[in-house]
Amino acid sequence: MKVLVAIKRVIDPYAKVRINSDGSGVETNNVKMTMNPFCEIAVEEAIRLKESGNASEVVVVSIGSPPCQEQLRSALALGADRAIHLETDQTCQPLVVAKLLKVIAEQEQAQLVLLGKQSIDSDNNQVAQMLAGLMKCPQATFASKLEINGEQALVTREIDGGLETLQIALPAVVSTDLRLNEPRYASLPNIMKAKQKPLDIIDAASLGVALKPSQQVLQVLAPSLRQAGVMVDSVEQLIDKLRNEAKVIQ
Amino acid sequence: MSDSKVLVLIQQDNQTVAADTLATLSAAKQLIEKTVSGEVDALVMGFECSAVVESLKRCDLLTRLLVADDANLQDGLSANLAEVVNKVASDYSHILAPANTFGKDLLPRVAALLDVEMLSDVIAIESADTVLRPIYAGNALARVRSDDALKIITVRSTAFDKMSLDGSSPVNIVTLDCPIDAQGTRLVSRENQVCGRPDLISADVVIAGGRGLGSKENFTLIETLADKLGGAIGASRAAVDAGFVTNDLQVGQTGKIVAPSLYIAVGISGAIQHLAGMKDSKVIVAINSDPDAAIFEVADYGLVGDLFEILPKLIEAV
Repeated sequence: MKVLVAIKRVIDPYAKVRINSDGSGVETNNVKMTMNPFCEIAVEEAIRLKESGNASEVVVVSIGSPPCQEQLRSALALGADRAIHLETDQTCQPLVVAKLLKVIAEQEQAQLVLLGKQSIDSDNNQVAQMLAGLMKCPQATFASKLEINGEQALVTREIDGGLETLQIALPAVVSTDLRLNEPRYASLPNIMKAKQKPLDIIDAASLGVALKPSQQVLQVLAPSLRQAGVMVDSVEQLIDKLRNEAKVIQ
Repeated sequence: MSDSKVLVLIQQDNQTVAADTLATLSAAKQLIEKTVSGEVDALVMGFECSAVVESLKRCDLLTRLLVADDANLQDGLSANLAEVVNKVASDYSHILAPANTFGKDLLPRVAALLDVEMLSDVIAIESADTVLRPIYAGNALARVRSDDALKIITVRSTAFDKMSLDGSSPVNIVTLDCPIDAQGTRLVSRENQVCGRPDLISADVVIAGGRGLGSKENFTLIETLADKLGGAIGASRAAVDAGFVTNDLQVGQTGKIVAPSLYIAVGISGAIQHLAGMKDSKVIVAINSDPDAAIFEVADYGLVGDLFEILPKLIEAV
């Protein structure tokens, strides 16, 4: 079984986000970039499937400008076999991403496509579901457990009230939640080896998918800031404030 | 501005309408108020869900209530539901659902079937084509205009009031015929955590614990305080990962977004990802032993100290 994993280059989740003074977006120059944390979990799961003998090959794919090859190399260093870079300077919206991934998934005849449940920059949580819709195949989103049984997968999903388990027929699309696994670190020898692994570059515009966005970000604004509050010295004082000042308890 | 025809997807469990749906109905109401004229329909998809239809049939906002009642829709699998929505979508300018695991799982699939982009987790509707939504864990807000003919939107429940279903005008009920069976997906099991406390997202008071609690046993202190205040319990990712509580109680960018009147964060440092889920709470109280913890920067009232000394006193005092 071949596994395709889609990964995204994003601003480091622990970096402070600065909004451009003209409100056009957030500052990305000289900001630490990294692989989206949910994508790391997807890569880790694919590698584990290979280690357990369920997957024969793990292919990673990323869409964007040339620097996203750094994240593809990171995935190769973690254990992916091969990488595909769909190169474009255009910011691709989720449906466009899903259409591009569909082309690659079909070319590669991937049995399982693994994606993070959301990217921590645009916070959309859409691509996996859209890809499954386009491929007319089963989807299992927010996965916290994945088990492959031949032509089927058993996936435990994190839902609002608790957990649910789905049985889905392959090929299928699965999106990862935080609790699916604990991603490994790349060792130095593996980072060196990753430089020799194949990385194909394909012009995203050549795949027959219109890349032009249908949504326009008119403005990026700072959210309203909370006023710094007061420090209290004791439980009694806290209770007094909550009762008589904030009036949130009786 | 033009006419809008809005379809709200009702989340339900074949018995009752989910609370998040009531906020989605309010968002639909705001949407038609921003346009010259408009109507709102709702779509119920389930099996033997007449109780749900009953509770919606006097909702004043609605013109029509579309009902797809079929055994294949019993489990609410998105692969099936998306096909039902796909069948009726061409009549509408907007399709709305709550931005919870129901709406997040379903609507992007619908959008792909209809070949349009979608708008996730919207916190304000500015016009028929422009919305406000948080990005970067709520550290920025994007004002986004969609040029798609059909707008597909998930709505953040805490950003809209809950609509009352006790109206007077009877809604026109339309039964849909939908023999749909998206093969290849089967529900094996579903475990709902039953705790007897208010629902986390809609609770007026939330007591949340973090890594500082140290163990699952110590989390009972949080539960006791929540019970005394009639609140819900929440948790940071650290507390969930350490196994103190189940994952459905996680508050944050990737968990639940809450905005109660009172949020008490105990032993939570206040990482960006946690703040994303609770910083719109009306009053925030932080109890932490580290005076430099980031949570104090957003707290209205902060108390520095050992939570194991503070919590019992607090439980005693309220």
